Amino acid sequence: METLERILAQHQFFKELSPEYLTLVTGCASNVRFEQDQNIFRVGEEANQFYLIREGRIALQLFSPDRGHITVETLSEGDILGWSWLIPPYYYVFDAKVLDVTRAIALDGKCLRRKCEEDHNLGYELLKRFSSLLEHRLETTRLQLLDLYGVRS
Amino acid sequence: MLPRPFVIKKVRRETEDTFTVELDPREGRSRFDFLPGQFNMLYVYGVGEVPISISGDPAGSTLVHTTRAVGTVTKAMAKLRRGDVIGVRGPFGTSWPVAEARNKDVVFVAGGIGLPPLRPALYEILSHRESYGKVVLLYGTRTPSDILFKDELEQWRARFDLEVFITVDRASSGWRGNVGVVTTLIQKAGFDSRNTLAMIVGPEVMMRFTALEFMKRGVNDNSIYLSMERNMKCGIGLCGHCQFGPVFICKDGPVFRYPQIKDLMVKWEI
Repeated sequence: METLERILAQHQFFKELSPEYLTLVTGCASNVRFEQDQNIFRVGEEANQFYLIREGRIALQLFSPDRGHITVETLSEGDILGWSWLIPPYYYVFDAKVLDVTRAIALDGKCLRRKCEEDHNLGYELLKRFSSLLEHRLETTRLQLLDLYGVRS
Repeated sequence: MLPRPFVIKKVRRETEDTFTVELDPREGRSRFDFLPGQFNMLYVYGVGEVPISISGDPAGSTLVHTTRAVGTVTKAMAKLRRGDVIGVRGPFGTSWPVAEARNKDVVFVAGGIGLPPLRPALYEILSHRESYGKVVLLYGTRTPSDILFKDELEQWRARFDLEVFITVDRASSGWRGNVGVVTTLIQKAGFDSRNTLAMIVGPEVMMRFTALEFMKRGVNDNSIYLSMERNMKCGIGLCGHCQFGPVFICKDGPVFRYPQIKDLMVKWEI
């Protein structure tokens, strides 16, 4: 049987995390499932979780009164959803809406923050991983902003 | 060097500003031999000549080109109808390494109007499908309405031996597909990085970041190919219009192995 710890260990995000820290992280993890069109979180809600998507697809959206729900990015298998749990004041700034039925591992941000405060090495390990994630998302967002496929005028 | 007259057999509008023309030679044998990735110089009589990559099946009976109506010549071309005549010189340039890709996983990455130059290679590989490992097409466009070859993409998606992922940079309401740049799809492709060949076409910045993403995932840079575009005029490396450092895109390209040009791609002086 696949245990949560084993699933986390095999995920790229936790690659090379020591078994000791993996056990600590697993203590804050749980399996979750979301149905199509369900909102996992909404703008302004307290950010107490992040998710490792195992299956399914999620749209990160913003609502604009004149344009409705605008999808800025979609995430799917292997992706990480949510980093607001890590950065004060810990509120989500996008809506996360389920496009296809999604299975994920939810990680309790409050629980992880507490463990990171107690053990700064764990905090550093997690921050290294989130920095890399943020760098990647920033890079792809910048490319999106370049509007590369638009016709040059 | 003289253009051969070809008759337009069919014109198909792909998107608001993109169209496909099917051509038959006015005289002589009908078959037009070319290698996937090559381009022709298309001449709209009285207007001018432009390089356009071939987008049809190398085994097909007609010559097929797909382009965007963006300049004087292509805008004039977009107004041509069935029965009109167009001049063709070619085929020119290097081709996609479909033979080298045998027994490997093959990942095609197209950005925007980059899908047409890749399509002949995809046809070729699909017609000898058993000779290749996993075959994946990653396609990114600006918006959902810019997606080319929609019907064909649906057919490809229905195949069990080809994986197709599409993403858009800007979603319209009602779009339930992927949103994000095409490089984000690479991690979804699930290829064997030690035995993968990548073929990339799109804007240069997109191709460069795509190549980097493949390398980040362990693909050797010698197994990454991309197709370049410059102001090709003569098609045979004489006029110098498409000179790119020490190479001519029309003769030494348009298809290059990434290490051949990676240093040139970041030199804005050339």
